[in-house]
Amino acid sequence: MAQLNTAAPGVDAGLARQLLSQMMLIRRFEEKAAESYALGKIGGFLHLYIGEEAVAVGASSVLRPDDYAISAYREHGHCLAKGSDPRRVMAELFGRRDGLCHGKGGSMHLFDKTTNFLGGHAIVGAHLPLAAGVAFAIKYRGGDQVIVCYFGDGAVAQGEFHESMNLAALWKLPVVYICENNRYAMGTSIERALAQTEIWRFGHAYGIPGEAVDGMDVLAVREAVGRAVDRTRREQEPTLLEARTYRFRGHSMRDPAGAIYRTKEEVEHEKQRDPILLFRTRCLQEGWLTEADVKAVEKDVNDLIDEAVAFADASPEPPLEWLLTDIYKEG
Amino acid sequence: MAVMTYREALNVALREEMQRDPRVFILGEEVGLYDGAYKVTQGLLKEFGPKRVVDTPICESGFTGIGIGAAMVGLRPVVEMMTFNFSILALDQIINSAAKMYYMSGGQFNIPIVIRGPGGPAHQLAAQHSQSMESYFYHVPGLKVVRPTTPADAKGLLKSAIRDDNPVVFIEAETLYPVKGEVPDDPDFTIPLGQAIVRREGRDVTVVAYVGMMYRAMEVAAELDTEGLSVEVVDPRTLRPMDTETIIGSVRKTHRAVVVEAGAGFAGMGSEIAAFITEQAFDDLDAPVERVTGANAPMPYARNLERAKTPSNERIAEAIRKVCSANGR
Repeated sequence: MAQLNTAAPGVDAGLARQLLSQMMLIRRFEEKAAESYALGKIGGFLHLYIGEEAVAVGASSVLRPDDYAISAYREHGHCLAKGSDPRRVMAELFGRRDGLCHGKGGSMHLFDKTTNFLGGHAIVGAHLPLAAGVAFAIKYRGGDQVIVCYFGDGAVAQGEFHESMNLAALWKLPVVYICENNRYAMGTSIERALAQTEIWRFGHAYGIPGEAVDGMDVLAVREAVGRAVDRTRREQEPTLLEARTYRFRGHSMRDPAGAIYRTKEEVEHEKQRDPILLFRTRCLQEGWLTEADVKAVEKDVNDLIDEAVAFADASPEPPLEWLLTDIYKEG
Repeated sequence: MAVMTYREALNVALREEMQRDPRVFILGEEVGLYDGAYKVTQGLLKEFGPKRVVDTPICESGFTGIGIGAAMVGLRPVVEMMTFNFSILALDQIINSAAKMYYMSGGQFNIPIVIRGPGGPAHQLAAQHSQSMESYFYHVPGLKVVRPTTPADAKGLLKSAIRDDNPVVFIEAETLYPVKGEVPDDPDFTIPLGQAIVRREGRDVTVVAYVGMMYRAMEVAAELDTEGLSVEVVDPRTLRPMDTETIIGSVRKTHRAVVVEAGAGFAGMGSEIAAFITEQAFDDLDAPVERVTGANAPMPYARNLERAKTPSNERIAEAIRKVCSANGR
């Protein structure tokens, strides 16, 4: 099995437990969401984050609570890692009244004002300018927060990616763009979509510093995003990171196997670098955690997610009169 | 009261609202150093500085998205479209991001943004620069859509739009920028969104018209007065939410209605207005509602064709005579 070679300064049992626990929580959440989808409790699309957990967890671990995060439609992990209550996230997927958005957003539109999680945007590339706008507002007010903007490799071909890079660099906006390069925009590989497949290099043209990072290594992500966030906060300038990752499932539940556009061998090979497996092994090797600790984390996570499903199940459907509320804010 | 142009009235509204609320800022192409492509933002860079009057590169989707993002966290951007024709490049941001954010987030994130600029027929600007863009927007739940006709309305409605907590699409009329009128000086003068106004009282027929078409309707009404026809002219001012009550009230009085719009007729504003008049006041009508619309064609360049594309006074008069001659008036 591939190993993680990152140096790990400052990692202690507490941090190791936190990172492992969050990744396992997201994994378990997604597995239960898939199950619930199969049972017809979740509708629409459902884009699972399984395989990519190290990115959201590593990145969120260096953010302050008052920093912002924004994402696309594969965002359950980002939302949970930013601190949302899994019960309310699951209830949103179930389309229930206790969901984060009272059942009006669904899987692709999670928002949580209490954690500064700004969505949940399902038009590819469209939230990149929004992130620049939040950074503009931070700067306008003289604040020292940053916003982290997650997007997929599919967004890189969109004009809005390039418009956002240009504006963020031109106006020196405190935004950290993190491309989660899982190598496939739905079924189109980066080789079939991008003239430059080393996505972080797009930053060069705009004078935006950046780097590629192993997105399967939660500590590597934590370090790279930590550097980026520090720099962006200090210099008030954007950074572009490319986290190289892989989604183990299909594009959505309607593409369960993801088998048409990639080989079984490729998927199996990538699963050898399962970020949770890798980090668990590392924790045991380094002595940060014992087998018993890991088991305890696993049990806690399973309990939490069971509770989330039960909560979502018990939450009533939104009342019909909510169809016509929240369209306009009344003065 | 001061007499000023429609353009100056907009400028005053922007200045007053920026003085009143430090969260208000302007974003767009040529709004600062160039003083505005149509000079609506003249002098504002000098007064408020580059932090609040922000020149953007040409990227409508990008800078509109920046405005929406800034509004998500509490600023109150006024985004200028150099002309509303360019808003097509930002339609995704306006419709998918601005209009729906409050709803999708279950009431967590409202978007207090104004997207403003000139639209409609101009002077031989041809197909891509002369569109009446309101129909692209008033269909969308979550947007408010304003089309101000007079200088006073321009000021009062823009101030309300900036103070509104929702995304407001504010489409000025390019041909009206030099039009002069009386405008209240009071910095607290506003006109609520969603209120129509009766421009001229009459007994025989209601004509609903806004921006340039309202002025034509008023000219026609004065002419027809000499023929003994008494025409009431109603200007909706805000297209969404529409003040149906004022329009229906007028129709119940006159029993006849003509709707005039510069845009292409198919599924235009006139269709909606004719529909709700028919639904709500059918029994009061003495004749079918008549529509006078722009031709169902792109805007041509040639002067004569351009003139033929847009409703003329003659066509408006003809429609009024037609509804008034039906069923025995």
